[in-house]
Parts: sequence; structure tokens; C-alpha cells
Amino acid sequence: MDMMENKLDGNAAGGILHEIFPFEMTLVQATCAHCGKTNVVGALAVYMHGMGTIMRCPSCDQVLIRVAHVKENYCLDMQGVRLLQINSAA
Amino acid sequence: MERRTVSGRLTWQLGEVVATHQETPRVKTITLAVPDWTGHRPGQHVDVRLTAEGGYQAERSYSIASAPQEVRRLALTVERIEGGEVSPYLVDQLTVGDKLELRGPIGGYFVWEAHMGGPLLLIAGGSGVVPLMAMIRHRAALKSAIPTRLLYSSRSYDEVIYRDELARLLDGGTQLQVSYTLTRTQPPGWTGYRRRIDADLLREVAGPPDEHPLVFSCGPTPFVESAAANLVALGYEPERIKTERFGPTGEP
Repeated sequence: MDMMENKLDGNAAGGILHEIFPFEMTLVQATCAHCGKTNVVGALAVYMHGMGTIMRCPSCDQVLIRVAHVKENYCLDMQGVRLLQINSAA
Repeated sequence: MERRTVSGRLTWQLGEVVATHQETPRVKTITLAVPDWTGHRPGQHVDVRLTAEGGYQAERSYSIASAPQEVRRLALTVERIEGGEVSPYLVDQLTVGDKLELRGPIGGYFVWEAHMGGPLLLIAGGSGVVPLMAMIRHRAALKSAIPTRLLYSSRSYDEVIYRDELARLLDGGTQLQVSYTLTRTQPPGWTGYRRRIDADLLREVAGPPDEHPLVFSCGPTPFVESAAANLVALGYEPERIKTERFGPTGEP
């Protein structure tokens, strides 16, 4: 197994988030609790490894969201996000 | 297996490989039959998941290459990335009859459908052409006459994906224009461009900014950022320029 983290485009997180939320998630706006900048999920820096998917703020590199699916439990750590705005029509 | 549950969430589903086609030495198109596929929009992608015998899983996102008009069929065009966890398997080992786990469609930003109008300006770097090809195929299937320009940068002639199909579509003469640039090597007698996409090249082939084209650019990050910056400097409207970095995800 490759121990290097895989840095990916934010769109790579759209799939697992859409497993949890019933909406198209790449256009969801996330506001960073650290620097206050708002970016769409598709613009976040995403890292995938054995611990799950980690989304970082492209402005300050702080972790915004960690998500993993372990033994039929979705674990969603959102302490880096102050606000998530989801368009229910998307 | 249902793609969407009642609540509209995504789930993994199985596709069966029904055809493969070697596009270039490093790029293959994989056509999947997906019984419960309920359609996609041109430009969207899917996640593909591989599970090793020990249970280790790796996921990657791949742009959908086929038009939505192909019902319950999905074509993915995959570039083999040296040392990658997923693409070498997809390109070198997957064969007709194999099953593949996938989840999608995903993405709402880098999407074009005919009702969004045009003219269209599509700018591709390498395998970044894949989601743009879904748009071109969608447009062709509708026999749309929306004026469309594709500017496609590859390293060499052998690495041009969809070359024959694009030539056929050009023969159809339906307001489609394709300009190639080959940045590393060119075959003898090559009359196309032979340099990276810069402001001068865009000025020559991208059409006048006052036509207000809808722009989609996909490729490696520096390629896409440079194209977008040049377009804005030339007077194209930033709010009509959509970019996607590699395909949409790269591998290390």
C-alpha cells in the first residue's frame, strides 16, 4: 500500500458526501472556521488515505471536514467548518 | 442495486465491462453496462472503487466520456498513471465481462447541456478532453448547431485521444471547429500549432470575446489556470469560464 497521501481535486469528495446527504455536494459552500473564507466543496483540497477522506481549506490549509465509512458507520468530523450551505434544488 | 435510495443519496453500484478500446498507448476507453443507471449530465464524473483481496480499497474519480443519450451505458476514458493505484489496473487488466464498482453521477458545476446555449469554447489539455468529449457527443446526438470550438493540446500526435471520431464529426460540418496543438513532437508535415496555449494562440482560434462564449477548460492545474488567466486578460467574461483540474482528479 502506498503510504503517500493522495492529493485530489475537491470533486473527489462529492461522492462520499452524496452518500450521506441527499444533494449534489460539489457546489455546497463551506465556510472555514479558521480563516472565514467560503469555498465550494469542489474547490477544496482533498486527501484520501486509509483513514478516510480529508477536505482542507484551499485558503489556509486547515482541515474542514473528515469523513470515513467504517463498519457501516459514517463518521463525519466537521469541527473545521463554521457553516455549510446546501442548495436543495441542485 | 439502486443508485439512489428514496432519499436521493448515492450508493455504489456494479457495472459490467462490455467493451474496451485502446485510444492511445496510455489511454483506454472502458464501456460499462450499468442496469440501474438513471442518466448523467455531460461533464459529470463517477467514482470507481477497487477492492484488493485483503480488503484494502482505493477510489478514484473519472470523467464520463459518453453522452447521456446512451441509455444505461457509460464510457470512461482512463489514462494510465505510472505508479497509480487504480489506473494501471483499469487500463492494463480490466477486460470484457469484468465487474466494476462505481458511484455517481457526481458534479454540478462543470456541466453543459444544450439548453444552456453557446457558443461553446472548449479548451482541453491531454486527457482533460474527456468531459469535453461528453459535451461534444451530447451536442452531436442532438444534431445541435450551437457553434463549438475545441482547442486541444497534446504532447504528440499519438497521444491525441478521440482523433478519428473528432475527424468524423468535423466532416459532418455542423458548426464544429477543432484546433490541435502538439507541444512536444509533431509528425512530418504537421500544419497545426506546435506550442503551449498562450494568449496569441487563443486570440487566433478562440473566436471574438464579444460572442460571449461559454468556456469549459479541463486539464492539469497549471494548464487550466494559464488558459483561464489568458482568456480573462483577452476580455472573455470570467463568470462564463468554468474550469476543472485534471479529469477531475489526478493520481500521484
